[in-house]
Amino acid sequence: MAMEKGVQMNQGFHKEYETVIGLEVHVELATATKIFCGCSTAFGGRPNSHTCPVCTGMPGSLPVLNRKVLEHAVAVGLATNCQITRYCKFDRKNYFYPDNPQNYQISQLYLPICREGYVEIEVDAEEPAGSSGTSAEERSEAVEDRRASAEERSEAAEDRRASVEERSEAVEDRRASAEERGEAAEDRESSTEEMQAAGEAEASKRSGLSNADRQKKRIGIHEIHMEEDAGKLIHDDWEDCTLVDYNRSGVPLIEIVSEPDMRNAQEVIAYLEKLRLIIQYLGASDCKLQEGSMRADVNLSVREAGSQKLGTRTEMKNLNSFHAIARAIEGERNRQIDLLESGQAVVQETRRWDDAKGVSYAMRSKEDAQDYRYFPDPDLPPVCIDDGFLAEIRSRQPEFRTEKQARYKAEYDIPDYDIEIITGSKHMADLFEATVALGSQPKKVSNWLMVETLRLLKERELDPEDIRFSPRNLAKLIALAEGREINSTVAKEIFELMFDNDIDPERYVEEHGLKMVNDTDALRRTVEEVIAANPKSVQDYRNGKDRAIGFLVGQTMKAMKGKADPVSVDKLLRELL
Amino acid sequence: MANIISDEIIEYVGILAKLELSGEEREQAKADMGRMLDYIDKLNELDTDGVEPMSHVFPVQNVFREDVVTGGDESEKMLQNAPARKDGMFAVPNVMSH
Amino acid sequence: MDILSLSAVELGTAIREGRTTAVEAMQAVLGRIEESEDALRCYITIDREKALEQAGQVQKRIEAGELTGPLAGVPVAIKDNLCTEGMLTTCASRMLGNFVPTYTAEAVRNLEEAGAVIVGKTNMDEFAFGSTTETSAYGPTRNPRNPEHVPGGSSGGSAAAVAAGECFFALGSDTGGSIRQPACHCGVVGMKPTYGTVSRFGLVAYGSSLDQVGPLCRTVEDCAVILEAIAAGGDSLSGSSREETQKVQAACGSAARNPRDSTYLGREDIDFASSLKKDVQGMRIGIPRDYFGEGIDREVAEAVRGAGALLRENGALVEEFDLNLVEYAIPAYYTIAAAEASSNLERFDGIKYGYRAKDPQELHQMYKKTRSEGFGTEVKRRIMLGSFVLSSGYYDAYYLKALRVKAMIKKAFDRAFAQYDCILGPVAPTTAPRLGESLSNPMKMYLGDIYTISVNLAGLPAISVPCGTDGKGLPIGLQLIGDCFQEKKILQAAYAYEQLRKAGPEQNAGTKEGR
Repeated sequence: MAMEKGVQMNQGFHKEYETVIGLEVHVELATATKIFCGCSTAFGGRPNSHTCPVCTGMPGSLPVLNRKVLEHAVAVGLATNCQITRYCKFDRKNYFYPDNPQNYQISQLYLPICREGYVEIEVDAEEPAGSSGTSAEERSEAVEDRRASAEERSEAAEDRRASVEERSEAVEDRRASAEERGEAAEDRESSTEEMQAAGEAEASKRSGLSNADRQKKRIGIHEIHMEEDAGKLIHDDWEDCTLVDYNRSGVPLIEIVSEPDMRNAQEVIAYLEKLRLIIQYLGASDCKLQEGSMRADVNLSVREAGSQKLGTRTEMKNLNSFHAIARAIEGERNRQIDLLESGQAVVQETRRWDDAKGVSYAMRSKEDAQDYRYFPDPDLPPVCIDDGFLAEIRSRQPEFRTEKQARYKAEYDIPDYDIEIITGSKHMADLFEATVALGSQPKKVSNWLMVETLRLLKERELDPEDIRFSPRNLAKLIALAEGREINSTVAKEIFELMFDNDIDPERYVEEHGLKMVNDTDALRRTVEEVIAANPKSVQDYRNGKDRAIGFLVGQTMKAMKGKADPVSVDKLLRELL
Repeated sequence: MANIISDEIIEYVGILAKLELSGEEREQAKADMGRMLDYIDKLNELDTDGVEPMSHVFPVQNVFREDVVTGGDESEKMLQNAPARKDGMFAVPNVMSH
Repeated sequence: MDILSLSAVELGTAIREGRTTAVEAMQAVLGRIEESEDALRCYITIDREKALEQAGQVQKRIEAGELTGPLAGVPVAIKDNLCTEGMLTTCASRMLGNFVPTYTAEAVRNLEEAGAVIVGKTNMDEFAFGSTTETSAYGPTRNPRNPEHVPGGSSGGSAAAVAAGECFFALGSDTGGSIRQPACHCGVVGMKPTYGTVSRFGLVAYGSSLDQVGPLCRTVEDCAVILEAIAAGGDSLSGSSREETQKVQAACGSAARNPRDSTYLGREDIDFASSLKKDVQGMRIGIPRDYFGEGIDREVAEAVRGAGALLRENGALVEEFDLNLVEYAIPAYYTIAAAEASSNLERFDGIKYGYRAKDPQELHQMYKKTRSEGFGTEVKRRIMLGSFVLSSGYYDAYYLKALRVKAMIKKAFDRAFAQYDCILGPVAPTTAPRLGESLSNPMKMYLGDIYTISVNLAGLPAISVPCGTDGKGLPIGLQLIGDCFQEKKILQAAYAYEQLRKAGPEQNAGTKEGR
């Protein structure tokens, strides 16, 4: 992400500035029903088909809290080292807007469910993070390299492990340490970041850097509160009006408010990745930025380097990708510095980022007083959390990433780097474990995930969370390939079909007659025919052009309609020549 | 009257409450609100230091629903009273227009 | 048999015993409406055909043995802020002039299940903001005892309909006295139960922490029976034993309750009719000395003290005491109620239902025009006040202060109930004012709520029972306040008083028969 550089570099400004960033992250919780009524939270229904008097704000309707929402919120709080508020309440946030059917949103201001937590991210130790962004070209080269050199890779992994161990000594409690070593959150996720991560890891390896040059940084979490989502507004050009669909109205959210502890886009993204990983592992949300199940508003201010006083901040909304977040941070930083250097003041306001145009707009209006008149919602009794409830939530906490990594290292003979990537997505880790449980060799499963799966995710612009093929089908494909019943080319083709439609490889091979011909006589006959038909290549080979054998293998495979094992063909050709 | 309600306050409260008062109504509202606030100021005679604000009168807590879907598609019912509707949605003036 | 002279329970018995039918009862009510409704205006909506049809169906089910309860076949009037599926629910506001709910309030549904038949929807102060029923967008209701006077409010239509025989009983809602005060002014019985006893689902909210649904009726017995019906909560607490429930209740802890109102308590001790004993022997009754200060009519004070004397003569331990903080209830109430109301009424925006201003140019103009045209003066007054006391910079000084005072008032009641089973006092300082008298001076109207309001702040049950008339023949009411969950004590005291008064010629000044 080249634009990240601008965040750190002085673009001809007179003074040195520091950017101070805090995040408000909204996460849609994975519940079957809305926060205060029994309507479904499912996506994709007809407009207003998931609504009732409660979530459309009908007169006389009243909210009743969904227990699951509280459980998810507390689970996230525990996993982010928060203090859980034992006596918490809901408050009304009053403002008029058509997507807000009661014209107040039920939220928490005075007694939010979680407070004073933190997560740890990794940042580059020496130079400021962000300036080390790699170009797309560098990255794709690095990816190729990574695939090529397994040896080098395991060296890098050794370094990494060493640093993990060092770090683990410093940790105080078990859960904190789980988070802590969860580490390198930036190495994962949406295929772009994934590749970038791979690139960075490789780039740092190639330049002789190891993870020891990365530093941990603690990002404070000010609070986490529960609240309800708003409906959706759709613009109707024909009649120049706005249409309201309340299907999303009342979908449960948690809002995670960080301290202003971040200084650049890379830290912001690392923090978001970290949150996403934790929440996905908890099963509390799928955290998809593009689909809006995770949304980040950026609070940003600038101050002269060395100053302890915070500048006036703005809040940036409508950031739908990491890319947009990074660009918006750069844009807003520059806008604020420009204001300051021209002697103007930054106005505290909410701004909307237009990623297509690369600019933001103030969302002010004289009709928006920004005075929400919060008060405790009399319709909702307070929530009291006792030790039993906390213990129950704690006992249900999953194996987090670091624990999983340690277990993989102990149980499976796969490269540390693969462990990094696989555990970087809860879904991928689940898939890996389920496939291994079906009897596939861990290394083979890992290979399919690391190579073909990542390639297709990237091509299709998908997240690992979007993987839809089943462990059962992956296990069948591996069995077919390992049993030499299909060759690797056919296996890759089938994998692609499986990736897209979760087809059953066994049945597919059966139906399309793709089993390899293991009849040695038939193969020998074909090879002899190919030798007879290609005297020139045969001559070239005999003259020492080893490359010519490849052509002959190809011809044989073609004649066999792909149903031969190229390794056997190669062997037989050399034998006969 | 101790509480003087200015035009600015009435204007501001009008923005918050989405109410627009005509000239006469406005003057009346200023007088009424001033009088009410004078009366409410009587509460300041009481020393409430150390008294916890009581938002809920009984110590009832932890009232939950289970996470189970109830009811089906009731969109027609929900839209039945809508002053303006289109394509199964509530229609409002263009929100981007001001 | 003069059907209209019967109480709800008497009528129910007569129907079950075949002495009359649900249809005859409904016809009698509709006949009375024909005679008096033009002059009184108790109702906003009456659906005669549907009422008769329903009565016919209920009668069949009674005859088939499907409906056996005490209220089966009894015509009931519903305050127009309780949602009724398929029937206009206006809250006496232009804002909801065309609103037909697609759901029915829990209290109303309970009555329907008990076989009561809805006559129509009664008039009220707009959104229940008022004490006279004069702020209704559909014009005032007149007091059946004297049409020059208001019936009280905000459930004025319900109280007047009961008093006029235009129904056998009615439902109202009480946020600061809106059941008890009109019941008092119209000479009928009215009760506000402990907060959380009746589900608020389907009651269009005014002050959510204060609102309760309750009955307006002719006798204390009716009151107990109706309350028992509307407090029912279905299956929510099934499976838990009574002891468990009582324990939960004692601790006010958590329990699965009505799935549609989180503040509904799902009480199981709702066998209120069991308390109807003509016995006050040894009952400790306190009369707050501070209720008889400045502002109370001499006749009202005398009637109420007379009631206390009657109970004392019959074995109750009646004494005066200092309740304290009485004068702070009104400012605390108006702050809290207005704040909650300002938020509760935000949903009326012209988008999902109800009134929308013509040709709005843009969104905020639509909001402002819709709300300015849809709401009446008193509603706007309270919304403005409520928005102000919650606004940035004033929240602590006004709203939190009021919540602290509320806590102090609750404590004062706790102290009182450590000594007394019931508190006895007036419902209102005066009898029903003349029409138009209160609108000109809202502050005076607010002050009229002084004895009823603190009961809502503290979440307590209280009943209003007729106890005499003034020189002009206007009814005077007696209020009995109980500790939370102690409905049975006040019902017992009220029932005993009612029976004693009926028997004693002196006090029998003719409230019930006054019409």
